[in-house]
Amino acid sequence: MKNLMKKGNTIFFKNAPRITSYAAICGSKEKIGVIGEFADITLDDDMYGETTYEKAECKMLANAIALAIEKGGYKEDDIDVLLSGDLLNQIISASFAARKFNFPFLGVYNACSTMSESMMLGAMMADAGYVKRAVAATGSHFASAERQYRYPLELGCTRPPQSQWTVTGAGGCVISSDGDGVKITSATMGRVCDYGVTDVNNMGAAMAPAAAATIIQHLKDTGTRPTDYDMILTGDLGALGSRIVKDLTWEKGFDISSRHVDCGEIIYKVIESEFQGGSGAGCSAVVLNSYVLTKMSSGLYKRILFAATGALLSTVSSGQGESIPCISHAVELEY
Amino acid sequence: MTGKVKGNVNENYLNYVKTQEPPTKHFKNCAAAFGVGGLICCIGQFIRFMLEYAGLSGDELAGATSVILIFLGCFLTGLGVYDRIGRYAGAGSIVPITGFANSVTSPAIEFKTEGWIYGMAAKMFTVAGAIIVFGVFSGVLVGLVYYFI
Repeated sequence: MKNLMKKGNTIFFKNAPRITSYAAICGSKEKIGVIGEFADITLDDDMYGETTYEKAECKMLANAIALAIEKGGYKEDDIDVLLSGDLLNQIISASFAARKFNFPFLGVYNACSTMSESMMLGAMMADAGYVKRAVAATGSHFASAERQYRYPLELGCTRPPQSQWTVTGAGGCVISSDGDGVKITSATMGRVCDYGVTDVNNMGAAMAPAAAATIIQHLKDTGTRPTDYDMILTGDLGALGSRIVKDLTWEKGFDISSRHVDCGEIIYKVIESEFQGGSGAGCSAVVLNSYVLTKMSSGLYKRILFAATGALLSTVSSGQGESIPCISHAVELEY
Repeated sequence: MTGKVKGNVNENYLNYVKTQEPPTKHFKNCAAAFGVGGLICCIGQFIRFMLEYAGLSGDELAGATSVILIFLGCFLTGLGVYDRIGRYAGAGSIVPITGFANSVTSPAIEFKTEGWIYGMAAKMFTVAGAIIVFGVFSGVLVGLVYYFI
């Protein structure tokens, strides 16, 4: 084939769509971490002036989208489609945020890997010429996720040491077929992996095989080595999951340990009640759209593989004793 | 739902994960639970002595002591303090009656946003319901044993 568009599970973008602008909002706990100075808005009040946490999450997401559009110097009419999703049932934050905007909305859900999935879909549309500019965005909130997946906030129970802390934050970026910025050169669609982990508090161990499979698939399809990348960025595996993913890829002959960074592991400064680090859809979205893209735009990193990971469970499935199927999609970024 | 697929379960991987998991600090948790749980009981006993001094006795005394402890549990939950105690004390603050008060109050606060009837009132017992069911059930069992001996 002359114009190789797809090999294995990896799609190659001929016209290399660009991330022309990006924005991130984070909560008070995230503010003191590494991303605090790179995020556009940092909240002191996790309620964000709203009456419920769900409304706060929705407002964060809507403001992240609006800010990403504004920072790129665009108007609402310049945007052709919004791709967004979140962790709440029926992706209410994303759909409710979308009603504030005057452009079409496509809801996507892939748990915590929603950011890389929406970026991939946005890049596909922009590359094929169906849209000129797409916005990819996602977010999560600790309190609303805790209420949906675990216990009430004020319940006095202990957290197991392998648990993670859902990130309060939202991030979005504009993917454009023209303009300047970080290029999206290829993307690998992930397969659902399930190794039989049933412990809902141990997301890192459940998601690591999916991340490893996608990273290896991408390296094989593109014929690259881990050292060709400045950073291999996973979403929210946490400290435990990061150790496992390094082991799993090493076992298959790809040593990513010198290049691997996990958003969940680096997002919090003090690992105290967060234990293994951050998690949630907002985790990778905030880190990517603040710290990583800022550093890339300044030329510090040239080539990054961004593989966000998601655990596709619900409280019903885990209640019925099902194991946790997980997925990871990878997007390759170049500057 | 297809149910648990046997082929999905990768025993090797699960065993490997077990070796990587950080261990639960049982000794530290037990010590914290013993200390905090004991302290809550001491506070209860102190309240009991005070009420006895004020002239209460028998069932009235036991009832009044429980009511005061339940109030304290609810009050500290409302202030957002009880979950912090619980994070470190674990079973020490869950087992006493204050823990039960916490398990009723915390969902009530949380689900108030969904309305007074279907939110606050209906979901108040999402956590405590299990405690009530099995508490009553074990009470019946013990009562039966007590009746026959």
